[in-house]
Amino acid sequence: MSEKPKFAMYWAASCGGCEIAVLNIDEKILDVDANFEVVFWPVAMDAKYKDLEAMEDGSILLTLFNGGIRNDENEYLAKLLRRKSKILVAFGSCACEGCVPGLANLSPAEEIITTAFHTVSTDNPNGVHPQPTYKAPEGELHIPRLLPVLKTLDQVVEVDYYMPGCPPESHQIAAVIDLVIQVLQGKAELPPKGTVIGAGISTVCDECPRKRNVKTIKSFTRIFGQPLDPELCLLEQGIPCNGIATRSGCGARCPSAGAQCIGCYGPAEGVLDYGARLITAYASVVDANEPDEIERILDGIPDLVGQFYRFNLAGSLLKAGQTAWKPNGGNGR
Amino acid sequence: MTQRITIDPITRLEGHGKIEIFLNEEGEVANTYFQIPELRGFERFCVGRPIEEMPLLTNRICGVCPEAHHMAAAKAADAVYHVDPPRTAKMLRELLYSAFYVTDHTTHFYALAGPDFVMGPDAPVAERNILGVIHKVGLEIGSKVIRARKYGHTVVEIIGGRKVHPCTSIPGGLTKGITEEQRLEILEMGKWAVEFAQFSLKLFSDIVLSNKAYVDLILGDIYTHRTYYIGTVDENNRVNFYDGKVSVVDPQGNRIGKYAPHEYTEWIAEHVEPWTYLKFPYLKKVGWKGFVDGKDSGVYCATPLSRLNAADGMATPRAQEEYERFYATLGGKPVHQRLATHWARLIELLYAAERWVELASDPEVAGPNFHTVPTEMPTEGVGIVEAPRGTLTHHYRTDERGIVTKANLIVGTTNNYAPISMSINKAARTLIKKGQQITEPILNMIEMAFRPYDPCFGCATHTLPGQMPLEVTIRNAQGEVVQVLKR
Repeated sequence: MSEKPKFAMYWAASCGGCEIAVLNIDEKILDVDANFEVVFWPVAMDAKYKDLEAMEDGSILLTLFNGGIRNDENEYLAKLLRRKSKILVAFGSCACEGCVPGLANLSPAEEIITTAFHTVSTDNPNGVHPQPTYKAPEGELHIPRLLPVLKTLDQVVEVDYYMPGCPPESHQIAAVIDLVIQVLQGKAELPPKGTVIGAGISTVCDECPRKRNVKTIKSFTRIFGQPLDPELCLLEQGIPCNGIATRSGCGARCPSAGAQCIGCYGPAEGVLDYGARLITAYASVVDANEPDEIERILDGIPDLVGQFYRFNLAGSLLKAGQTAWKPNGGNGR
Repeated sequence: MTQRITIDPITRLEGHGKIEIFLNEEGEVANTYFQIPELRGFERFCVGRPIEEMPLLTNRICGVCPEAHHMAAAKAADAVYHVDPPRTAKMLRELLYSAFYVTDHTTHFYALAGPDFVMGPDAPVAERNILGVIHKVGLEIGSKVIRARKYGHTVVEIIGGRKVHPCTSIPGGLTKGITEEQRLEILEMGKWAVEFAQFSLKLFSDIVLSNKAYVDLILGDIYTHRTYYIGTVDENNRVNFYDGKVSVVDPQGNRIGKYAPHEYTEWIAEHVEPWTYLKFPYLKKVGWKGFVDGKDSGVYCATPLSRLNAADGMATPRAQEEYERFYATLGGKPVHQRLATHWARLIELLYAAERWVELASDPEVAGPNFHTVPTEMPTEGVGIVEAPRGTLTHHYRTDERGIVTKANLIVGTTNNYAPISMSINKAARTLIKKGQQITEPILNMIEMAFRPYDPCFGCATHTLPGQMPLEVTIRNAQGEVVQVLKR
């Protein structure tokens, strides 16, 4: 019996939704088992960092890496898995572009700690904060150190493929697994390095079942503020829906359920900066010529940075807010 | 000579975690530290975002229980806008939530906790997993487990728009309702779920309760802590996952009070230690006295067992029968033996399935009135639901445009950080004896101390599921390795 190719999956700073999405491919998971030897997947099996360290470089064929790089332990594991893997996939929004936790890059890392350890219910009169190294009476204790900003996987190591989504849809995961198995059987070829896999090449709007007319809007409005037409395009109804700049592949799930697209599949094919594209798209539908009127309409979007960079701040051209880069006047990084 | 044992990372829990055990010169346990290594900072970056996005952004705290964060945030957003969603909206949310509970409790029992009982705590490592369980109890059960997860996720998707990270709850209700056909489909799946829950309880009874060694293990002192308990109850003091007041009972089982969501800061405070990224909640009225149990220590527990202890019963008939049997078998209320949490979880599984059927049986759940447009000025609000792993509190303050200016989150597992630490400490002290070789089954018995809590440190670190590696290194005071034990 020939040796099966090795498979690994790891989460860094993530929520576990990517792991659940993989489990949700149901019986397809048996194909993974039949075609691969799973060597490292903390969610599903016993294996440890030391086992991984002992493997030969390049001995794992395929690693799906989810989660952003938030601390020095995440960074270490990213570098280790890169070395051990032939194909490294940035799996899910966090690894691809930072996702919601990337919004932390709007403020210095110290503020994350200060905020969390001084909330209304926290009893902390002495201002105790977690210490990467702490001398307990019995010996020294260690916890990882936060990096100044959250990084995407490709800001730390070279990435072969990107699989977007928060989380990637299970039917897309199943399709990618089918493709890899076909490649193994010599029936298909891998796409060029750097390709976005498991997603479409157009926008969420192209998959959306809602009716579209010529879009012009006189004001933006909030999703809960009025009854909405269940069949008409949300953006036409003034809801700041992100479908227009967001990559297709999810099947337009949120707009189909009456909720605006929040952009979890990342920038559409060929878009360099998601926020810039979305700003352009919104600007083109604003039905006004006077600067004051334009300003009034755009004021209807209550949180500009969140609207334009909700899932992509860490992976965008901006990467972080100015204060995160320069928390103490310029020496923050 | 001080020795150190490191368990890093511990296995079959949901997220990252590390246990440090220090031995004294006599080779007995001097102290233990259970450390959480991660912090993502949701309380910071939720500030500046619109309140209606909290049910979407805080989902990303945890992909295992996004439904809980979605609901707690949505309820907090209702409160911020002083809006009471229509009955159909509340029913839809609770229906989604009940189906989610069936999925979540099923996963925990069969994949995470089940192996210890079905296979036995000292079974070979290679068999002590979900595949071992399926081997032993049969493939047919494996397919039932997959079906239970699938049905639950299907309901989440029908009502919540997506299987993972639902998107439909907004201030005042939901963005959509369901059709009559969908209601009937959901009802049929719910009826199957009730049968599945009854089957699971019977399985537990046959394998665990009829085995004296297991019952002795459950009732033994290793896994017992006399703490306070909290859990949400309805107006009749029955367990409720979606809405109600939080009931607090003391170690004797006496109810010392009930608090509404907006009163939580009068009851709960959080203690800070410098060696971990997670805080230790405790009962403010009793006070933080360190990692000790008893009536004078504010340490409390919020788990399936806690919810049963904090309530007077279950709101559905079959679950109520099981509730009565539970306390009759274990010698009355409250039950302090942490391993009984696994049984309590299955009683909750049955309740969730029965509630699913109850809600889906009411035609109003498919009604057109699923949203009330908020009209009041937004201010401040607290939303509480029972996450599977404990009481979940979301608290937001906003400006007059509904932009979040302060956020505070006390999540399910965090509630139990102190009791989990104490359980690990006690198990280590009981099981590690001087001069005795530390074996793999002993380490697993230490890990069994935290598994009843089903800890999810994805959530807790606003920071996942399954089996992680385990390695124990024993070092002497000079840092030399004395013994290494690997799984």
